[in-house]
Amino acid sequence: MKPLALVGRIAQLVPVLLGVSVIVFVMMALTPGDPVEIMLADQQATPQQVQAMRHDMGLDRPALERFGVFLGNALTGNFGLSFFHRRPVAEVIAERLPATVELTLAALLLAIAISVPLGVVAAVKKNKLVDRLAALGSLFGISLPGFWFGIILIILFAVHLKLLPVSGRMEFACEVPAITTLVTIDSLLRGRPDCFANALSHLILPALTLALPMAAVLTRVQRAAMLEVLRSDYIVFAQAKGISRRRVLWRHALKNALVPTVTVAAIETGSLLGGNMVVETVFGWPGLGRLVVESIFVRNYPLVQAAVLFYAVTYVLLNFIADVLYTMLNPRVRL
Amino acid sequence: MSIAVRVPVMTAERIETPTWQSLRRFAADRFSMVAAIVVLAFVLMAVLAPWLAPHDPYETDLLRRLQAPAWMEGGEWSYLLGCDALGRDILSRIIYGSQVSITIGLAVVLIATVIGTVLGLAAGYMRGWVDIGISRLVDILLGFPYLIFAIALMAMMGPGLQNIILALVYKEWVVPARVVRGEVLAAREMEYVEAARAVGAPRLHIMFREILPNILSPVIVVSTIRMAHVIILEASLSFLGIGVQPPTASWGSMVADGRAFILDAWWVCTFPGIAILFLVLSINVASQGLRDAFDPKFSD
Amino acid sequence: MHSTRSSVTEMSTPLLSIRGLKTCFPTRAGLVTAVDGVDLDVYPGECLGIVGESGSGKSVTFASVIGLVRSPGYVADGSMQFDGIDLRGLNADGWRTLRGRDIAMTMQDALTALNPALTVAEQIEEVLLAHATDLPRRGRRDAARARAIEMLRLVGIPAPDKRIDDYPHQFSGGMRQRIMIAIALSCRPKLLIADEPTTALDVTIQAQVLDLISDLRRELGMSVVLITHDLGIVAEHTDRVAVMYAGQIVEAGVTRELIDRPRHPYTRGLIGLIPRLSDLDAPIKPIEGQVPELIGLGGTCRFYDRCDFRASRCRTDIPMEAAGLDHQVRCVRVEESLQ
Repeated sequence: MKPLALVGRIAQLVPVLLGVSVIVFVMMALTPGDPVEIMLADQQATPQQVQAMRHDMGLDRPALERFGVFLGNALTGNFGLSFFHRRPVAEVIAERLPATVELTLAALLLAIAISVPLGVVAAVKKNKLVDRLAALGSLFGISLPGFWFGIILIILFAVHLKLLPVSGRMEFACEVPAITTLVTIDSLLRGRPDCFANALSHLILPALTLALPMAAVLTRVQRAAMLEVLRSDYIVFAQAKGISRRRVLWRHALKNALVPTVTVAAIETGSLLGGNMVVETVFGWPGLGRLVVESIFVRNYPLVQAAVLFYAVTYVLLNFIADVLYTMLNPRVRL
Repeated sequence: MSIAVRVPVMTAERIETPTWQSLRRFAADRFSMVAAIVVLAFVLMAVLAPWLAPHDPYETDLLRRLQAPAWMEGGEWSYLLGCDALGRDILSRIIYGSQVSITIGLAVVLIATVIGTVLGLAAGYMRGWVDIGISRLVDILLGFPYLIFAIALMAMMGPGLQNIILALVYKEWVVPARVVRGEVLAAREMEYVEAARAVGAPRLHIMFREILPNILSPVIVVSTIRMAHVIILEASLSFLGIGVQPPTASWGSMVADGRAFILDAWWVCTFPGIAILFLVLSINVASQGLRDAFDPKFSD
Repeated sequence: MHSTRSSVTEMSTPLLSIRGLKTCFPTRAGLVTAVDGVDLDVYPGECLGIVGESGSGKSVTFASVIGLVRSPGYVADGSMQFDGIDLRGLNADGWRTLRGRDIAMTMQDALTALNPALTVAEQIEEVLLAHATDLPRRGRRDAARARAIEMLRLVGIPAPDKRIDDYPHQFSGGMRQRIMIAIALSCRPKLLIADEPTTALDVTIQAQVLDLISDLRRELGMSVVLITHDLGIVAEHTDRVAVMYAGQIVEAGVTRELIDRPRHPYTRGLIGLIPRLSDLDAPIKPIEGQVPELIGLGGTCRFYDRCDFRASRCRTDIPMEAAGLDHQVRCVRVEESLQ
């Protein structure tokens, strides 16, 4: 992509991000229940104290001004204090983020590892048994309620077969000093294969639960893209060269058929963020999603606000990345 | 100007025939037909719940706490799928729970489709600032992951059936709006629209009487697919405890209730989940069949 | 340049010999017989032109020869002998060793025939790596690359050692066509099937590409099948020609003879479409009508509906008959229609 076009795309992001923050701000401003009263609920504060606190927090100023302050703070990463934790919201989020990132990445990898080969094989064996099974599988994948499927996996693998742990991210005994903050990678880097195995055993079920709906979507995308590519002239021409079938499929065809899959994968990673809330809750995964759900129940609104904004911005950026990836991977669009 | 100027394009004939053809194609697709019948059965189950349910879904009986399904030890045939932690009949609760899923699924998709269609028509046909405004709003709403948006709204509005419907509609209308806008942009250039414009038909007439009937089938197809998503979203919200509130039986909250007992009463959370899976699966199969029937070029 | 081929025909055995080829495509409307009883010979070193409108079966005939009939099509009947090999008896491995090495193909539009996601280098080298037995064990890749650059130079790509790592879309249309030819010829095949090699190009570049193919044919001593809908190209570049219509060959012969004395009303119609310098102002009279649907044909001349000379006795299956030395035609009214 030409630098100028890239700058243009980035410029298009600004109004969307601005709109997103307006909505997040308005949503929270309209939320019933005075945040100050919630904060001071257990302290039997006098009305004067409440008033003073409202003034300190700027809640008595006009909405537009408050939005300006909110936006300025958001840009500098200042989301105020988490009532519940009595610590800055940004700090609490940063602490929970690695677990969510690790789970999301694992699910993304798993989804790609399942869907790309399956989609290719289904396209090549179109209308054969494999194809039908893949279609049926992806139908189930998009129809599975993630929270329920997670529980079923726990019942099967943790409760009955006792192969995998029920919940959590890793055993306490396996705290390794952080390098990347992703425990699977850190335990490898620190030379603790036992911890790696432990982290992996915790990771596999939630990652699978999160990955399946995405894998279902990606399998369909991959199959459709592959079918389209297999019809193209360059595949006939490649076959006319007398090169191996493997090369025709996995090099000539797949390199082109991966473009839509990668694009959709980037977009779908955004929906994994939503799925995280459910899956992290089911598996007791100490990530951001569960934090948000917990915060709603304790009315920890600054944290909910910051997290929703964080999710939305990430989502918008992921879509942007998908857009850029599509252009970069597609030499003909690059013209 | 009088609306009596009849546009010389026979809207009725032109759409009727292909629609009927599509419906016939759909009826011939046995797999989708069965799925459609299953969906209808769920709807009937929701409507007839008071007559179908063997027990009162809210009647607690601590003697039957976590009673096993009929075929297991300690089970009884009158409590086919066993009982939950409060001794309530799971089958009856599943039957009543279909009311929540179906009501929310239908209501959200219906309201969102109406809103989205009107806004999409306006954006696509009027262009200009209307289009810019609506499209920007669509872009912004697309910036939120669906579940997170709904969760944030539910946190704001508090739980309850109406609030779930509202929370989901706020974002759901975007989907039909985009579809309709795209279709309208294509339809604008078609002969029948230009003909209508040429004879001076009023704008609203062209939008709703000429264009709308011709773009309905993609809208219908998309709406049915969306219904499956909406039902899963509602179940997820209820599962997280910010959707339908107890004691109302909702499949999502029933699964949540059963979570505490997975060690010794797997049935409490298993069966409601199967109900969700079955309904959503049927809707997905049926809507796929509908899509193929309306647009055969999709199917390979 | 336009030598009469009859002398060669008598001397050598054909490189490719097709008899009674029948290729079908099942469709919703019924079984389409795209190629219906084609007999053809291609002799070593010659250039055979295949002419016909789109849908005449000319491309499908040679897709059958190289075993790449698009799914769900299939070769239903007939025999194809290539250089002592029974093509219909080949398995997947047999095809793989034959394609690219002995029989090569170029397609109509190089833009779609070249893989947009792979560099030109990779697309040439892979053919060499698959077939060239004389590459050294050590440094095979380097040797393949050197030879790929050599091929690009041969087809006239400037600065091939620099351009080889570019992607297809970075070349002009004419250059892409040359790259495709370089790929096809990189293993010096015995037969090149050039399917509409110039349709996608503008006129000046057309001539360059066709001259390039002719030059390389002489240089490498291969046979070329030139598939085209343009009799002008055939007249200038081929030794013999077969005219196809609705899945059958309707007229075949030495190019000079066939152009000068076309017998079949269809061929004469096509020749009427060649603009001549002398009568550029005269209006071109197109052949009226369309190629018939190739479903359940038979019992009549296929050109019947569009023919100016149709008669009741055309309503039967018409055989190919000799109409002169090395000239056959599928028409029962040749004598009358010539008057």
